[in-house]
Amino acid sequence: MDSAAARARASAGGHSQTAPAYTEFHPRWYRPRISTYWWLGRWPYVKFILRELSSVAVAWTVAFTLFQLWSLSQGEVAYSTFTRRASSPIMIALNVIAFGFLLLHSITWFNLAPKAMAVRVSGKRLPAILISGPQFLGWFAISAIVLWIYMVRT
Amino acid sequence: MEAKKSHEPIFWTLFSAGGVVAALLLPVHLFIFGMAVPLHWIHGPAYNLLLSLAQMPIARLYLFVMCSLPLFHFAHRFRYTLYDGLQIKHLNEVVFASCYGIAVLGTVAAGWLLWRI
Amino acid sequence: MAAGGTRVRTANSDRSESITMARNIDIELQVSRYSPEQDLEPHLQSYRVPIRDEWVILDALNYVKDKIDGTLTFRWSCRMGICGSCGYMINGEPKLGCATFLKDYAPGPVKIEPLRNFPIVRDLVIEISDFLEKLKKVKPWLIHEGSNGQGEYLQTPDQLEQFRQHSMCINCLLCYAACPISGLDPIFIGPAALALAHRYNKDSRDQGSAERMATLSHPDGIWGCTFVGECTRVCPKHVDPAGAIQQYKLAAAMDGMKSFLMPWGKR
Repeated sequence: MDSAAARARASAGGHSQTAPAYTEFHPRWYRPRISTYWWLGRWPYVKFILRELSSVAVAWTVAFTLFQLWSLSQGEVAYSTFTRRASSPIMIALNVIAFGFLLLHSITWFNLAPKAMAVRVSGKRLPAILISGPQFLGWFAISAIVLWIYMVRT
Repeated sequence: MEAKKSHEPIFWTLFSAGGVVAALLLPVHLFIFGMAVPLHWIHGPAYNLLLSLAQMPIARLYLFVMCSLPLFHFAHRFRYTLYDGLQIKHLNEVVFASCYGIAVLGTVAAGWLLWRI
Repeated sequence: MAAGGTRVRTANSDRSESITMARNIDIELQVSRYSPEQDLEPHLQSYRVPIRDEWVILDALNYVKDKIDGTLTFRWSCRMGICGSCGYMINGEPKLGCATFLKDYAPGPVKIEPLRNFPIVRDLVIEISDFLEKLKKVKPWLIHEGSNGQGEYLQTPDQLEQFRQHSMCINCLLCYAACPISGLDPIFIGPAALALAHRYNKDSRDQGSAERMATLSHPDGIWGCTFVGECTRVCPKHVDPAGAIQQYKLAAAMDGMKSFLMPWGKR
C-alpha cells in the first residue's frame, strides 16, 4: 500500500508540478481553499459577520461613555467641550451607525438566547417566545426607566 | 492549550454576561447622549444635575457594570471575528492580548473615573 | 398571447413556441466534475435533463448517469432521506439530493457541486474520514459503569424527549458544509459530532458526560463555535446542532465556574 503510494507520488513528481499527471489508482484529493472574504456574498454569512461586528459598536459606546465620564469629572468647561464634540456631524454620524449596530446586537442576542437555554417545564421545552419575550420586555422597561430618570432629573 | 482549556468557560461567561448588559443598557445610553441630546430632540442636561446623578452610589455601580462587562463581551467576540474573518488564528497570542488588554484597561479606567467623580 | 390562437400561424411563431415548450420540460444541470487523474481543479459540465414533477435532484443525476454520461460519479443510496449519503451543494446551498425537487429550480440552470469544506475525491464525492475520526472523539455511545442487574434500562417519555431531537442525525454532513468554522479550522470538531455528544450527555442512561466534557471543553471543541447558526438552518432532520452546542457551552461554563469558585470541590 505504502510503496504503491510512493510509486504514484514518484511518477507524479516526474512530471511538471503544474500539469496534471496521470496517476493510476492514486487518489489525489482536491482541497478547495476558503477565500478570505467568505463572509461576503452569502446573506446568512453577511448577517453573521454584521452581528459579530456589533461588538465594535459596543466597545465604541463604552469608550464614548468613558470619555463623557472623564469630562464630567473635569468640571463644567470640560463637559461643555464634550457636548460640543458630541454634536459635531462626524460624531453624530458615528453614533447613529453605532446605535444601529447596538440595536442589531440587542435583537439578535435576545432572539438567540432561547437556543442556548433549553428550559423545561414539566417535561416540555418552553417555547422560544417565553424566553426571548421577557428579555425584550425587560429591555423596553429599562430603556423607558433610564429615559424617564434622565428627563425628570436633568 | 491546557491552560486555555480551563479558562475558556470564564471568558465565555464574561462574554455572555457582557452581552446581556450591552443588550439591555447600552442602546438607551447611546440614544440619549449620542443622538437625542446632540440633535436637540431632548434638552441638554444641566451639568450640576448630571454630576449629582452620576455621583449617586447606585449610579456609579450601574455605570461601572455598564462599562466593564460589555468590554469583555467585545474582547471575546471581536477576537473570534478576527480569527475567522481574517483567518489569523496563528496570531492567537497577539489578538488575545490586545482584545483583553482593551477590556482590562477600560475596566480600570471606568473604576478609577467612577471612584473620583 | 391569448390572441395567438386566432392569428395565422407562421413558421416563426411555431418555432418560438417549441422553444418555450422545451424550456418548460428541460432544465440545465451544471455539475461539478473533477477527475483526480486528469484535472488540477474541478470544472462545471452542463447536461440537459427533462423536468418531471416527481423528480428530485438525485433522479436528475441518475438520469445523466444512465442516459448521458456514465462517468459522472456521486454517492447515493436510500433515496428517502435516511442514509445521508446524497448531500450536495445545490445552487450553493447544502441539500440532500433526494429531498430537493428539481422543478423548484425551473427554469434553471441548477448548479450541483460537492459539499463544501471537504476534500474532493472525484466529481461529487467527498472524503469523509476526517469526520469519522472526529465522530469517534466525542464517544457517541452510552457510557455506563456496571449493570443494574435487571437487564434493560428504563426511560420515561420525558427523559427520551430530553435528547430525541439531537438523536435524529443521519451524518449527512450538510452542517459541516454550511459551517464556516469547519472550513476555516480543520481541527474544529464540528456541528454534527458535537450535537451527538450533547445527545448522549442528555440521555438518562448515560454517565459519560464528565469524560466527554474533558475532550470537548476545549478550543477545538465547543469553544470553536461562534454560533453562525447555519448548521441548524440546513439540517434536514431538525437536529439543531447550533442550539445543542450553545446548551453544551452553558453547561460547560456552569461547570467551569463551579470548579473556579470552589476549587476544593470534586472536579
